[in-house]
Order: sequence, then structure tokens, then C-alpha cells
Amino acid sequence: MSGGSRLPAGGLIDRSRTLRFGFDGRDFTGHPGDTLASALLASGVRVFGRSFKYHRTRGLLAAGVEEPSALVGAGEGGRFEPNTRATDLHLYDGLVAESQNRWPSLALDVGAVNQLIAPFIPAGFYYKTFLGPPALWKLYEHVIRAAAGLGRPPHLPDPDRYERRAAFCDVLVVGAGPAGLSAALAAARSGARVALAEMDSRLGGSLLGDPAQIDGQPARDWIAASETELRTLGVRVLTRTTAIGYYDHDMVYLAERVVEPGAATGDDGIAQRMWRMRAGRVILAQGAIERPLPFEDNDRPGVMLSGAVRTYLDRFGVAAGQRIVLATSSDDAYRTAIRLCDAGVRVEALLDARSGDAIDADLLRRTRDRCPVETGVRPVRALGGAKGVTGLAAAAAGGAASFIADVIAVSGGLTPSVHLHMQAGGGLDWDEGRGIFTPTAPRQGQVSIGACAGRFGLADALSDAWRAGLDAAAATGGRPVADTPPRFEGRAFADQISAFVPAPGVNPKKVFVDPQNDVTLGDLDLAWREGYRSVEHQKRYTTLGMATDQGKTSNLIGLARLAQNEGRPAPQVGLTTFRPPFIPTTLGLWAGEDAGFHVTPLRRTPLHDQHAAFDPPWQAVGYWRRPRAYLRAGETLATAALREARMVRTTVGITDVSTLGKFEVSGPDAAQLLERVCATSVSKLAVGRGRYTFMLREDGLVNDDGTVWRLAEDRFLLTSSTGGADRMAGLISYVRNVLYPDLRVGAANVQEHHAAIAVAGPRARAVIAAVVEGMAPPRHMSLGRGVVAGVPVLVIAASYSGERAFEVYAPSHQAVAVWTALAEAAQAQDGGLYGLEALEILRVEKGHVETGGEIDGRTSAHDLRLEKMLNPRGGYVGQLAQQRPAFADPDRLQFVGVESLGGPIAEGSMLVERPGFAVQGHVTAAGLRVLEEGFVGLALLKGGRARPGDELLAWSPTRTASARVRVCEPVFHDPAGERYRD
Amino acid sequence: MMLIPCPHCGPRAHAEFTFDRPVEAITRPDDTADALVRNLFSRDNPRGHSRELWRHTYGCRAWIALTRDTATHAITDVQAWGAKA
Amino acid sequence: MKYSALSLLRAGLGGHKDWPRAWRDPEPKSHYDVILIGGGGHGLTTAFYLAAAHGVKNVAVLERSWIGGGNTGRNTTIVRSNYRLPQLHALMELSLKRWEGMSDEINYNVMFSQRGALFLGHSDSDMLQLAQKGDAMRADGIDAELMTRDQVARLIPLLDVSAGARYPVQGGLIQRRGGTARHDAVAWGYARAADRLGVDIIQNCEVTGMDITSGRITGVQTTRGAIGADRVGIAVAGNSGRVAAMADLKLPIESHLLQAFVSEPVKPMIDTVIMTQSLHCYISQSDKGEIVLGGDPDAYPTYSQRGAPHIIEKAAAEALALVPALSRLRMLRSWAGTTDMSFDGSPFIDATPVEGLYFNGGWCYGGFKATPGSGWLFAHLLARGESHPVAAPFRLDRFETGHTMDEPGVGPMPQNR
Repeated sequence: MSGGSRLPAGGLIDRSRTLRFGFDGRDFTGHPGDTLASALLASGVRVFGRSFKYHRTRGLLAAGVEEPSALVGAGEGGRFEPNTRATDLHLYDGLVAESQNRWPSLALDVGAVNQLIAPFIPAGFYYKTFLGPPALWKLYEHVIRAAAGLGRPPHLPDPDRYERRAAFCDVLVVGAGPAGLSAALAAARSGARVALAEMDSRLGGSLLGDPAQIDGQPARDWIAASETELRTLGVRVLTRTTAIGYYDHDMVYLAERVVEPGAATGDDGIAQRMWRMRAGRVILAQGAIERPLPFEDNDRPGVMLSGAVRTYLDRFGVAAGQRIVLATSSDDAYRTAIRLCDAGVRVEALLDARSGDAIDADLLRRTRDRCPVETGVRPVRALGGAKGVTGLAAAAAGGAASFIADVIAVSGGLTPSVHLHMQAGGGLDWDEGRGIFTPTAPRQGQVSIGACAGRFGLADALSDAWRAGLDAAAATGGRPVADTPPRFEGRAFADQISAFVPAPGVNPKKVFVDPQNDVTLGDLDLAWREGYRSVEHQKRYTTLGMATDQGKTSNLIGLARLAQNEGRPAPQVGLTTFRPPFIPTTLGLWAGEDAGFHVTPLRRTPLHDQHAAFDPPWQAVGYWRRPRAYLRAGETLATAALREARMVRTTVGITDVSTLGKFEVSGPDAAQLLERVCATSVSKLAVGRGRYTFMLREDGLVNDDGTVWRLAEDRFLLTSSTGGADRMAGLISYVRNVLYPDLRVGAANVQEHHAAIAVAGPRARAVIAAVVEGMAPPRHMSLGRGVVAGVPVLVIAASYSGERAFEVYAPSHQAVAVWTALAEAAQAQDGGLYGLEALEILRVEKGHVETGGEIDGRTSAHDLRLEKMLNPRGGYVGQLAQQRPAFADPDRLQFVGVESLGGPIAEGSMLVERPGFAVQGHVTAAGLRVLEEGFVGLALLKGGRARPGDELLAWSPTRTASARVRVCEPVFHDPAGERYRD
Repeated sequence: MMLIPCPHCGPRAHAEFTFDRPVEAITRPDDTADALVRNLFSRDNPRGHSRELWRHTYGCRAWIALTRDTATHAITDVQAWGAKA
Repeated sequence: MKYSALSLLRAGLGGHKDWPRAWRDPEPKSHYDVILIGGGGHGLTTAFYLAAAHGVKNVAVLERSWIGGGNTGRNTTIVRSNYRLPQLHALMELSLKRWEGMSDEINYNVMFSQRGALFLGHSDSDMLQLAQKGDAMRADGIDAELMTRDQVARLIPLLDVSAGARYPVQGGLIQRRGGTARHDAVAWGYARAADRLGVDIIQNCEVTGMDITSGRITGVQTTRGAIGADRVGIAVAGNSGRVAAMADLKLPIESHLLQAFVSEPVKPMIDTVIMTQSLHCYISQSDKGEIVLGGDPDAYPTYSQRGAPHIIEKAAAEALALVPALSRLRMLRSWAGTTDMSFDGSPFIDATPVEGLYFNGGWCYGGFKATPGSGWLFAHLLARGESHPVAAPFRLDRFETGHTMDEPGVGPMPQNR
């Protein structure tokens, strides 16, 4: 009989209730308060999974988040979470879990064949083989990929929500062990706003189950009293909440598990919550993580950390095994041995690598009262096999001995958890004797206390923590209280020596350092021999510490091996950097509320519902959606667009152009500001008149275009393109506030204040005349003010389509009435609505440049045939940069028209002499003649302005389309502009 | 995520701000072409203290000049920039 | 010892005791023909090609820390040449061709996996942009195929192709020759190959100054003493400004930061590199099974190699919008690389005003894919003193002349890129 079992009493579990769960298809039971690991251990399960590379069986090493081996898939359907640590999965009724990385079953795993070829696949083997062409590698790789990975991937959408909350506190305490509680009490009593984050489901940390007396009461009572007091003082106590990232300026990300992995959520549907906690001071009390010892086959199921064996006993009432042998280099295993013996679990022996005189005499005596203790003895090899250990072979100076055991509890000493301290930019000191790094030189508002500061003794932790709590409160405006810190009056018993070197004769190839990735000391030695001698090279070459536990139990052992190989002290060979997150955190939690449809905002124009009533195909334009056409029965998008375009050319159409950028610029210096922002002249504009304008970037290339209107002597309206609107808002503000702060001018972004409706076509004037009261239709490039359906409007006369056209600006909240009136009037003139596609067809035929098309961020004013409009007085953004020689290069891509000599032109096609010849340009927009036959397009062509008449091929190899085209002036409709002038 | 002291709004999260340019890269249309090339198209790019133009884009929209350490992200000075309200 | 399945087998029988060092650990000599500052991918490939293609073997690579520790080891390992501009086609395709022969050329398996690099289009206008890019690629001799929505859905079954998605998938443009590689292996493999040709790879050797007399460089000062050189090449992404300042040079570069992260490993779920035309995230799955994700850059100057979390949140949200099943995968590790942002998004491979001093940098966040091409071209420049035709446009003075190459057309401010 071997394996764990539930003890008749003890543990912080609710034995009055039973939880049912499944693991690999078998039914199990446990109790509230259990983890999946403790419940399975109590049921005698020893093998939890298989390792990554060799598919060796894996049991429990730890009892907390540092667990490298016992990983399961938890939950079902869209809640399935692979790679979940059984030790960090709190049991719930109905939990379904499965083991990983085994096929067909955990017991019989084909992948275990890798153990046979292990001698041929050491660290980095793949760099040395599978050479040859990439096609061949892809074949090998297919097999390798299938074998790699751990859990099976989720494949369904997640039904649950993830919440993000911003929070603030004076003092954040990370970890609610003895140090964290003491610090939180001190800070809270001193008046600080305190938040306390604990990754476990209850407070207490290492004190849970500890028989220590604090302030004269049992530890558990002190914890309970402290919690009550903290809550009374208004401390935000967050359990099941892990500090995962320490970012700039004391921003700590806290990941809260609202429900356990795979569990159904409550009514709010929230599975997890991310706290963006901004703290005045951060007290790190994360504790320490025990490390294992190096001996052969130390990866077998049954080899467990001493502290974990104690946790299973005290916290869960589980004996990890029937016969336990302990191997240690620290005092910690003594505490475990004493607790085991007192609970009636058979302890075969405690083997201490240290010599007897290095161990506290009192501790030694108290332990020897209960079980055999051998000093100067070191573990050599775990006995047993895939099903678990059966014993331990050990060596002492005088000889060898072996012990029968189903659990080998090991303690290689504690490693302070300095993760967050390092994330915050803090430094580390090396303590050679204890083999640990301790935090130093904090860079932000952090202070480390207790075990994570290398202060392992309880009394030290409590008093340091108290001081830190008072200091943090004082630093954030609190008044430190004069109370005395919590007192622990026992002995510390927290000594350890570094125990990184295995006993003589141990085969390093059989000593596992990283049991998930199957990295052995032999692999580390091989990497070193091959010259991978920086700690980062060692890590990356062997994959040590890159498993899902991120080396929490293994990094330091690997570092020590490197130092030993190098013959240099550990700090000199470096330390791999700790980066967020401290524990793996679901992407759903990171995405928070922004997942799925809410990934970016969706902007709707004030007339959105009017369009939606037609259920039109939409075009995404930045965050906007605009209707592409209003299809009638039997129409395709193309035929509808052509109908609409013809309507505009022959009668009248109206369309929603509310997405255009709109800026109101006012003040005595308004014209001056605009002549900095715009590359054309503005100041000569008469009141009531407008003009086409464009803006340059600081590098002299065209930024955007639009129109500018003089509403009054000192007031202008500037429009820009939809895509350029945000950019223009930035530019105007920059010019106004950064470059010319002394100008007497205000600039307001009124994009969403006004809806804008274009009315275009030969009968546009009639529509305006019919609908707008109190105003005659303005002349081309003039404006007027009137009233439509009781709504005051601004009407400007400008044409994008090439027809007589107006834009009607109305307050957004009253736009629907205006739209309705205009639409009815258009209908009365045999016109109607038109969408984005028709707009594009019309503008191509008219040869207007468009932002995102010909204005592609690489074209100059000259390239776009706009140079004559440049303000000769200069002084505008981008003017100087145009003087650079490249702007005069005759081979620049320049704006031209292309007429097809045959069929349609594919938009985006390349302009070439023949396929295979050099690219000379490309078609930026393709269209057709609206009322006549023929296909036309706009293009950017090398030296194009000097090449009318050239014939080229518009070639689209990806769409196997091509058309012969002739280069021409880029205007196919009414070149003289007679149709829109008065 | 930095905590940026907006002179108008007080300390606000970095996510509300956008970086624009180092102050040295501000050029005006009335500079010379040489100055433009020199200022706009080359950088000291210091590792350490840098004086930078930022904007509280998703807040009050004001422009501010930060003195910030590009290695540690410590902010040692902040000034309002531009027109007085 | 040549690497092969056979040598691995033989070594396995002997307990792997005889593998030699992949590269030596030499003391610096007093003088080299060429010194390369920076032991990243670009410096190491340059050194290799100097020796292998130009016969210049008296070469040292000086690395202040460990080779491959900069951006070579801090990227998302994507390799592709699916650009829009012809100059970048020439550069990235030259590089991609070298990737295709790399493992054999250097006798080191860099696991270059041509799984395909797919750009998703989310609207007809996206698809037109992709078609234009694809046409430009094909016209320049680079493979590119448009894919329909159904083809994309078959290739990546976990993609949300529903019409109601915020970014519905309309189709894509795939470059099948694109893919991923094992980033660290590139540094190690080239270091080993260069070492074999006599190149000295000197780690823990930081350059602290440059010896320049009458406008000509004669050597460098280092933490391991002065070292003379006829020519010196700088390839120190993330430190370009600092190193160039030693020669009193100001560069058209601002150093920003790009973050990336990986999930815990799972069995195969995404076969191709996924990028998108409308969003700014990219997704792939490594051979180990980790999902590798990247997103927007942290758009401000920093050398901290510590990113801001809201950037990661956005990248995760975008990835989930595309592949909802990623929600329950856990982020395992995040990291950040310093990106030397040029003012048009394109790199520099050019001589500096100091005679004998050459500069390679400004790769923004696209340097990894260019590694072998960059080395090939920089070696040409260092060996011959003049630019290879493909490198000729990538001049340092192009902002003075205006001959910029701005692929997305967003202008000079790096944060807009």
C-alpha cells in the first residue's frame, strides 16, 4: 500500500460536506477547502500527468502556484482551461479534470518511448539535426509539433466575462501571510487606505496550520482576529487574488479568480477580475518558495517538497504517503517531520545534509524524540519507477543506506519570491551561505518584508512587517500608531545552507532540475560545454525555467550549476529577469471587457438608423460604418452603385457625409492659424465663400484635404476627410497650442456636432430651393444659412461628384428631420439616396484625389497636381520640407488618369509594360464612365504627369486580371467644371 | 503604466496620454530648411533625462512638457505648454 | 564537429562528452580588419558573410553582454517579405531567400518553418489593399496569394469568420514562404559558423569609445581594452543612439519599445502566422506549442525594456476578437524589446560621415526577418566600401534629401507607425 490518504481529523476542510468531481473519467470526492491536488492525493492518486519531452510520469511536487508538474485540463466546453495547476485549483462540485500530454491514457502513453531515446535527444538536439531544405524540416516539424505542447487547445468561445477595475490605495500589501497581515494591520491602524491581496482563498499563508502562538493565541485565532480587524478598519481584502505584474509608478495588476478554472460563473457572468491597483506604497510579502534537492530520479511521483507535505497535512488533513523519508539542507524539514509524527504518519527518517553541529541542538533533540534523524547524509537516488517512488538511496561520509518510502519529502531551502521586486526594477544581493538572492535597491515605492526579503524567522517577519506598515502609512499621509507589533515568542528555526551540488557519484543526467521540460543537470552541463555559458544562453538552450511554472523551483538550481561550472559566484553569472505575469493569467482576463465585439469602438453617424432601415452593406471606415449602397430587389452592390451614380449624374442624390472632419476656427487670428495648417491661401477668402484646401505633413507630403469656409470675418469652418479627421484634429491643436500659442484664436473639433448631408446632381439646386427656407441656393463655393423642417442649417455649395452639389450641415440631434425632408424632396425630383460606392464612382470619374487612395502618405502636392494651389506666401506646415531634392525628382509617382482599352481595370493593379517587367506605378482607384461606355481609373505612375498617351498594362497577378490602359489627364467628366458652376 | 502629473487634471494614468515628440524636435514653419532637417529628422535619443512633448489626449487634451527618464520612467518635471486658457 | 543526425547518434553513444564549444571564447586581438559592434543577429550574420562571401576573416564581433541578447532574442520570430514598396521587396526578399538556405548554410537548424504568413482582410477595402500589396509582390517576383473567406476559414478553423464579428473576415493575403524561425538559434548558429571561419566572437566586451583621428576611425575602446580596426560596423539595435554618440553622430532614430507575449504551450491549434489589415496584432504558434502574440508598440521613447500593461490588454483583446478560443489560454511570459524607430519605418545600411565607420540600424520592429539579408548587405558594404544595389536606398542622409521609404505612409513620427 502506498500513496496518500485522508487523516481522520485535522485540516481546514469542511468534512461535513462532500464534493464530487471527475478526473480522467473516474469519479472522486473531496471536501470544501480542498484543492484538486489534495483531494486526489487523499484518494491515493500519485500520477497526475506526463512531462513535456520524455513523457515521464509526474506527481505532485508542491502545494501551491510553484507546482511544475501536476497540470490538468479543467472544465468543459467553452470553459475548458488547459495546463491548470492541480495545486491551485480549489475544488468545486462537478469539477471535470483530465490529465495531459499522454496518449492514449495516463498509464499507457505512447510518447513515453521518448525515454528510450533520451540519450540521443539531449538539450538542443534539434539544432544539430533535421538539417536540409525548409520543406524537409516542415515534415519533421509536423511530428514535433504534434508531440509538443501540453494540454489540448480550447476550441470553443468562452461564455464568461472578465472584468477590469481601476482601484487606488495608499498601501498595497501583497500576500497575507504573517508578514503581510502584520504590515496591513500597522498601516491600517495608522490611517492608511490599505488593500491586501492574497492568492489563496483564505488569509494566513504559512501560518495556516502552524502551531505557533502569536500574541499569546494560536496562529489561526490570530489570523481570524486580524482579518476581522482589517475589515473593520476598511481594508480592501482581496482573496484568490494574485499580484501578477508590478508596472511603472506603482501600478500593480491583481488577478482575481471570481470562480475557479472551469467552474460556472454566478449571475454576473464574471469569471475573473483584473484590478489595476495604483498604490502609494507597495509592501511585498510574497513569502518564499522551497526548492528541491538534486539526486537521481528526483522527478518521480512521490518526491515532494517538505513544506508541501506539511501543507497537505495541516491544511487539508492529508497524509501524503504511508512511509515518508525526509531529505533536507534546511530547518524546514524538521517542522514537517515533527508535524507528521504528531499526526501519526510514519516517518522513516530525516536525512540532513548538514553536519550535526550546524543544526540547532534543541530542534535536533525535539525531532529525535519523534523519529530517526541522520546528519551529514545526502540523497543519491529515488528508488521505484513510473508509478512512484518506493524508497530512497542515500549516502553519508561513512557509507550508503537506503530507506523504504512512498514519499520523499525534500527541502533544499527556501528561495525568496523576489519576482515583483524585480519587475519593479529593484536590485538583488546574493547570500552565498543560504544560496539565495535577497531584494535590495528598490526603484519604486516597494519594500519587501518577511520571507521574500530573506527574513525566514517568524519573529523577524512580524516585526519587520510592522515597521514597514508604519513607514508606508507615514509616507502616504497616515499617522503611525504607537502599538506594539504582533509577537511570536518561539525560536526561529529558519537556517538553511545552499544544497545545489548533488552527492558524489550522482549521475547528473538523471538529476532533474526542471521536471516539466525535462531538463537535467546533465543538460546544463552539456550546454556549458558547448559554450552556452551565460545564464540566458543556458536557459534558452536547455529550456530550463521556461515551462509553465517559469522556473519557480528550478531557476536558482540552474544558476548555481552554471556558477559551479564557471567556477564563479552565482551573481557574476547573472540572473534571468523576472517579467510579468507572476503566474500564468488567461488572455480573457487581459482582454477584459474589450474582448469580442467590443475590441474597438463602433462610431455611428446621427443618421445611422436611417441607413440601417435599408439593411445596406456597410463599409468600415476607421471606427465608422457607412452604407455602401441602398440595394433594391434584384440588385447587386455593383448594379445598385451604378444606378445611384447615374441618378446623381441625371437627377439628384443625397448621401450622408457626417463622418467628414469638421473644425470651427474663430478669433482675430483665425485666418493666420489656418494658413499655418493649410497649404493653400485662406486669408483672401471673402466672407461667405469657401475653397478647396489641403494640408501637408511636416515632411512636406500631403496629409489630407478638405474645404475651408469663411463663416464670418473671424470665423471659419474647415472640413477634412473621414480618415484624416483625427489626424487633422491633432495637427490643428499642435499648430495652435505648441507652435503658435500666442495667436488669438480658438479651434474646436465639431465633427460630431454637425451632421452633414450632401445633395448632388443637376436637380440639387431644385431640392435645396424646395426644402431650405429663408435662403436662396448659394452659388458654387459659397454658403448660406436657412431652415429645414424647423432646423437651422448651414448650406455650402461644393462638389465632389462633379455635379452641382451642396452640403447641408445640421445639428446632429436634429439631423433626422433634415435628412427626411431632403430625401423626400430628392424623390420628388426623381432622385434618391446614394451610398459610398456611387460616391467613389463619381469622384473617380471626376478625378478628385482621396485620402487613403492617391493621398497615400507618400505623395507631394506636385505629385497630385496641386502645386499651383500652394500658398505662395509660405509659412505653412510642410513648406520647408518640400525644398528637399527628392521632391523635384522627375521619376516620382505622379497622379494620372488611365482609360481602359478593353475591359474593367482591377483596383490596385500594377502598371507595367508587360508581365514580368518593372512596376511603373499602380491603379489607386478603378471605376467606369457613369453614363457612357468604358472603364477608367486613377493611378500613380512614375513620371506620370509627362506621360499622357503612354500605353501600359494594368496587371493584377493575384486576381489574374489585366487590362491595357492609356495614360491620360485624371478627369473623365466635365473637365471644365461647367456642370457645377453658376 | 506611468502616472503622469497633468498640470491641469492632476495625476492620471499613462493610457490617457499620447507622446508627441522630444521638445528638441519641435520645428516651426518659419524656421529654416536646415533647422527642420536637423531638428525634425535627427535625435539625441538620450538614455536618461529627456524633455518631451506629450498630450493629455484622452483627458483635457492639453499639451504638456514632461522631463522623464527614458531608462527608469521617473518623471521629474512637468510644465503646461501652449496657450493660456 | 559537423552537426547531423549521425553525429548526434554517435555523440549519444558516447554520452555527449565530445561536443566542442559552438564558438570559441578568444581574447581580443590588438587589431582587426573589421570590428562589428553588437553580437546580435545582424552583427553575427555580417561577420559570417564577411568571412564566407568576401574572404575577410580577421573580424571581431564585440558584444557587451551575451550574443543574441537584444532584439534577436526578444521578438515574435516572424519571417516574411510581404511588403508594399519595391525597395523593401528587394531587401526582404533577399533576406527571405537566405532564410531558405540558412540551416544548411550554417549547419545549424534554425527551425525556419514556412508555415505561411497570412494577412487577414476585414472589409472590401482591406481586400483591395491586400490585393494591391499582393500584386506589387507578385510583380516583383515574390509569392503571394489572395484567399477567400472560406479558404481562410479552412486554414484556421478557430478564426471567427462570422458576419457579426466586429472585424468580420473577408479573406486574406498569404505568403506561403513566410513563417517563423527559432530566434536564438539564429544568433548561435551564425556565431558558430562565423567562428569556424576565424571570426572572434567576444562577449562581455562593451565598447566605451571610438578612436577617431582626422575624421577616420582607427579602433574602439572597450571594457577589455583598446582594439584597433580598419573598419568598424555598428549593429546595436536598441543602443544605436548611444553608440553613434561615441562618434559624435546624431541619428534619425528614436528608441521605442515593442512588447510581445506567449501563452502556455498547448497542442497544435494555429498553423499559420496571422496578421491583420485592420487591427494591430499578430498570432502564431511556436513548435513548442506556445501561442506567440504581439500588438501595438508602446509609442514613446524608452530604453526600459518594460512595457505598459494597457498595450498588452489591447493586443490580447484583438487576438480574442479574431480567435475567441484563445480566451482560456494563459499568458505565460511577456517581454519587451527596444525598437530603434527610423522616421520612415525603413532601416539604414550605410557609411557614416566618419571614414571607416558604418551603420546598420533603424529596423523599427522589423529587424528579425531581415537578419540574414541585413548581414549580407552590411558585409558587402564593409568589405567593399560601397553599398550593394539593394542596400543603396537605405541611406542615412535620406531625410535631408527627402528620399524616404514610408511603407504605411504615416510620416515621420515613430509613434504613428
